[in-house]
Amino acid sequence: MIPAAFDYARASSLEEALRLLREAGPEAKLLAGGQSLLPMMKLRLAEPPLLVDIGGLAELSGIRLEANELAIAALTPHAELAGSAQVAEAFPLLARAAAGIGDLQVRNLGTIGGNLVHADPGSDLPAVVLALEGRIVLRGPAGERVVPAEAFFLGPLTTAIEPGEILTEVRFPLLEGRTGTAYVKHPHPASGYAVVGVAAVARLAPDGRVEEARLGVTGVGLHAYRARAAEAALRGRRPDASAIEEAVAHATDGVEVNGDLYASEEFRAHLCRHHMAQALREAVAAAA
Amino acid sequence: MPTLFGTPLRRKEDPRLITGHATYTDDIRLPGMLYAAILRSPHAHARIRSVDASEAVRAPGVVRVYTGRDLEGRLGPIPTAWLVPDADLKTPPHPALASERVRYAGDGVAMVVAESRAAARDALERIRVDYEPLPAVVDAEKAMEPGAPLVHEEVPGNLVLHWRAGNGAEAAERAIAQAEVVVRRRLRNQRLIPTAMEPRAAVAQYNPATGELTLWLTSQNPHIHRVLLSGALGVPEQKLRVVAPEVGGGFGSKIPFYPDEALVAFAARDLGRPVKWTEERSENCRATTHGRDHVQEVVLAGTRDGRITALRVRAVANLGAYLSTAAPGVPTILFGLITSGPYAIPHIDVEVFGVLTHTTPVEAYRGAGRPEATYLLERLVDLYAREIGMDPAELRRRNFIPAHRFPYETPTGLTYDSGNYERALEKALEALDYDGLRKEQEEARKRGRFLGIGLSSYVEICGLGPSKVAGAVGFQGGLWESAVVRVHPTGKVNVYIGSSPHGQGEETTFAQVVADELGVPVEDVEIVHGDTAQTPMGWGTYGSRTTPVGSGALALAARRVAEKARKIAAHMLEAAPEDLDFRDGAFQVRGVPERKATIQQVALQAYLAWNLPEGMEPALEASAFYDPSNFVYPFGTHVAVVEVEPATGQVKLLRYVAVDDPGRVINPLIVDGQVHGGVVQGIGQALWEGAVYDENGQLLTGSMMDYALPRAGFLPPIETYRTETPSPVNPLGVKGVGETGTIASTPAVVNAVMDALAPFGIDHLEMPLTPEKIWRAVREAEARKGGAAA
Ligand SMILES: Cc1cc2nc3c(=O)[nH]c(=O)nc-3n(C[C@H](O)[C@H](O)[C@H](O)COP(=O)(O)OP(=O)(O)OC[C@H]3O[C@@H](n4cnc5c(N)ncnc54)[C@H](O)[C@@H]3O)c2cc1C
Repeated sequence: MIPAAFDYARASSLEEALRLLREAGPEAKLLAGGQSLLPMMKLRLAEPPLLVDIGGLAELSGIRLEANELAIAALTPHAELAGSAQVAEAFPLLARAAAGIGDLQVRNLGTIGGNLVHADPGSDLPAVVLALEGRIVLRGPAGERVVPAEAFFLGPLTTAIEPGEILTEVRFPLLEGRTGTAYVKHPHPASGYAVVGVAAVARLAPDGRVEEARLGVTGVGLHAYRARAAEAALRGRRPDASAIEEAVAHATDGVEVNGDLYASEEFRAHLCRHHMAQALREAVAAAA
Repeated sequence: MPTLFGTPLRRKEDPRLITGHATYTDDIRLPGMLYAAILRSPHAHARIRSVDASEAVRAPGVVRVYTGRDLEGRLGPIPTAWLVPDADLKTPPHPALASERVRYAGDGVAMVVAESRAAARDALERIRVDYEPLPAVVDAEKAMEPGAPLVHEEVPGNLVLHWRAGNGAEAAERAIAQAEVVVRRRLRNQRLIPTAMEPRAAVAQYNPATGELTLWLTSQNPHIHRVLLSGALGVPEQKLRVVAPEVGGGFGSKIPFYPDEALVAFAARDLGRPVKWTEERSENCRATTHGRDHVQEVVLAGTRDGRITALRVRAVANLGAYLSTAAPGVPTILFGLITSGPYAIPHIDVEVFGVLTHTTPVEAYRGAGRPEATYLLERLVDLYAREIGMDPAELRRRNFIPAHRFPYETPTGLTYDSGNYERALEKALEALDYDGLRKEQEEARKRGRFLGIGLSSYVEICGLGPSKVAGAVGFQGGLWESAVVRVHPTGKVNVYIGSSPHGQGEETTFAQVVADELGVPVEDVEIVHGDTAQTPMGWGTYGSRTTPVGSGALALAARRVAEKARKIAAHMLEAAPEDLDFRDGAFQVRGVPERKATIQQVALQAYLAWNLPEGMEPALEASAFYDPSNFVYPFGTHVAVVEVEPATGQVKLLRYVAVDDPGRVINPLIVDGQVHGGVVQGIGQALWEGAVYDENGQLLTGSMMDYALPRAGFLPPIETYRTETPSPVNPLGVKGVGETGTIASTPAVVNAVMDALAPFGIDHLEMPLTPEKIWRAVREAEARKGGAAA
């Protein structure tokens, strides 16, 4: 568990971090909470020549409530997501998902930015960010750009972030109307990561029909995804047992489902449907 | 003074452990120390064409690189030390570093010694090994098939041992043929990774001027390590000191004599500088011994009214690529002899095949053999109960060896010392409200909820053991224990013991015993262990032996001290020794309470020696070596209550009740702690743990990301109860309790899950009972039902 030799630089500002990255080239890595990067380095699965530590940057910390969105800065640790009254009020599913990550030490150090950029196929937060239609703000040499969550996750450990870019914050549009949310997870008994994690947001019309359902799924495919077909199947329907059952039949449409020692493709797809139904029931109940 | 025996004192060892003031092997730093790292084979089986370390030797900070060739004639092979007789045992050589052939993924090929850990680790990547990969075999039954790749050319069919036990194969066969009911099952007791919290580590220091070598290592038995290292390294025993400092869990995996620690000692002597090596976690998964890995074909015969008439077991034990130190004894002596469990079974026939494969060597793991035996028996008893429609508690009751038949001789030749199995069962049922729970289960089923109640009654052979028996079963050592009780001039006491506790709490329990015997405050007693330079020879801590065997030596030595103290006190008080009462730490002249001498006063006089009884030697200490006349046999009944969610296959533990009878209890808090830990490890086997290799011999569960250990949040409170049936074997009437939990809990949980799944007609699934297995079984059962209905 000894990483290969590397250089270390502590950035004192976002600008400096960007400069250090630019100068070092694409092999250098940002270090946030270190809860994904350091284990990879200790196993020598990653051997970056330089770590640019952004951990102390005040510019990348804090949760801000704006007119119609909540902006969560990149360095916000999971423990803060789990404990923040603002988050619990606006997005209870985010608090719930963050509270279920790893153990207390991991939650105190690990950050939302690192979690999203690392993009482990079993990470919890990507599912939530998808369901909440978070917008991911990236700063690079050429300035700032905003990537919608659905365009961000591209593959296992692969996102739309370009070398030299830094994720600065995630902007979450506030929920409106009769909306309920839920996050349901089947944790792997060893790693604690999601074998299946489903984030659900359900907005109901005054007559109780589903105006909009948004479903983010993690653990199931090569990367977290929106279960668009399942969402569509619910739209305009009363969220009763049969509607939910019909919707979750589409839970993995178009997705290449993972199989591993713990859960085969078939079982994982089953768990995905099962937990999606559960998440939907909970979200609908919370909305009603 | 109230007796300390039976008092729930908090553990003396805990303050240093939980405040970070304990010294583990890896905490040791010596001036000029070097660091070692070991290059391990990535292949399960390959021929080594060449090893080129030239680049590594030139790497920054590297002092030396050793390959197998460098050791020839200088470091002996790694010995096997349990040579089970009448088993056609083969012990193929185990070189400390492979030079011609690697036999499992993890086999050591080279060792780098460098100025820092990082430099040593980096240099491993610069060693070029040219491997010719060869076909591997990881499954023991496949390894027995003709044409299977051979692990060692000198072992045909990969069969290293073939062993039988019981009171007659033919009689058992006849009983089975004539039986009203026969239950047959093939069971797999999966491979486990012991995963002590502290991985292995070693530090060695050599003094070229004196020729003395000190090895600190993570050991359960430093004296055994000293004898074996002395042989392998050729350092005479009087120049060799082996120390087990704080040891962070062993569970059997720190019994063996491994290549790595021997290499560290070798390098320290060769280089004349201290050398440290600490295992990485992923190394621990591959290069530290594994446990269990049995396939068992079991036949249990009985009558319609629930009396077991015969048991036949044919087990294939996977022993890995080399025969580890105690490995041959685990699937034979520690397994086969105890297959009758707590039941009076007239006929038993056990046959065991020990097989080599291209996998990590398999050794003792908490319970060692006894969990494998208890599992098959308790599973089969439940299947039998289901077959004849009898309550599993009632079936157990009917077959228990009755309390009046102790000492009881089993068909496998053991003599159970004492027991009252029914009392433990009844206590468990009562604690549980068994009848109420059965009703609740029935109600729940009507509402589509699947509760299960699983019983497991066990008897364990432990307190290893009489040395005569050790010899008869091929254990290359004695199994007695030792203690030196030394009262200092101030009346404070040090006790030096030959066993080597590493988390079991004997620093506390043994201090309680000595404090009672000598009438001194328990704070005045310090137990010293783990250092061959300080402690008398002893055989170590495993096989739940430290308390039953070690306390025998302890009590004898303490009583000798008390006897001597009495004589000195009598002399001081001018009374006859037999006219003194010893109470509250003082000798009093009977009837004249003001004429007394405290043990502290006596101790001082013993050392001053100004006026001792004629002919008495000065000082106040005594030693004892205690060899027990028999093993001890703790027993009990554990019950797990679970709920299974068929839709996801998830098992939820609702309750866990443990009734154990460990003989007399010195410290109930520590006994509870041992039971808790043991139970949890056993539950781990039932539900989560399992080492898995792919067919090429790559370990797929080689990290804690994949190998699932129990977590606090997975578990219900563990309700512990006890009955107390003293052992007649040792002076204090105690039995062992280090392994009972692990032995009992695995079948309790599996039986509970199978009980929950009974409505689906499911009666057995292989461990670990993961959600997918359960979900599939339920789905298939429903398909069958659907098919039958259609
Ligand atoms: C024992 C354990 C259990 C865990 N369990 C879970 C779990 O159950 N669920 C779960 O979701 N996660 C889990 N994690 C992972 C945890 O959530 C990590 O904290 C997270 O994945 C990475 O965040 P970090 O801040 O630690 O990032 P780091 O490890 O520092 O970095 C991760 C990657 O992101 C890059 N990066 C970090 N910040 C930025 C940024 N602002 N801009 C651009 N790139 C950046 C880094 O360069 C690196 O490539 C677990 C981790 C551990 C150690």
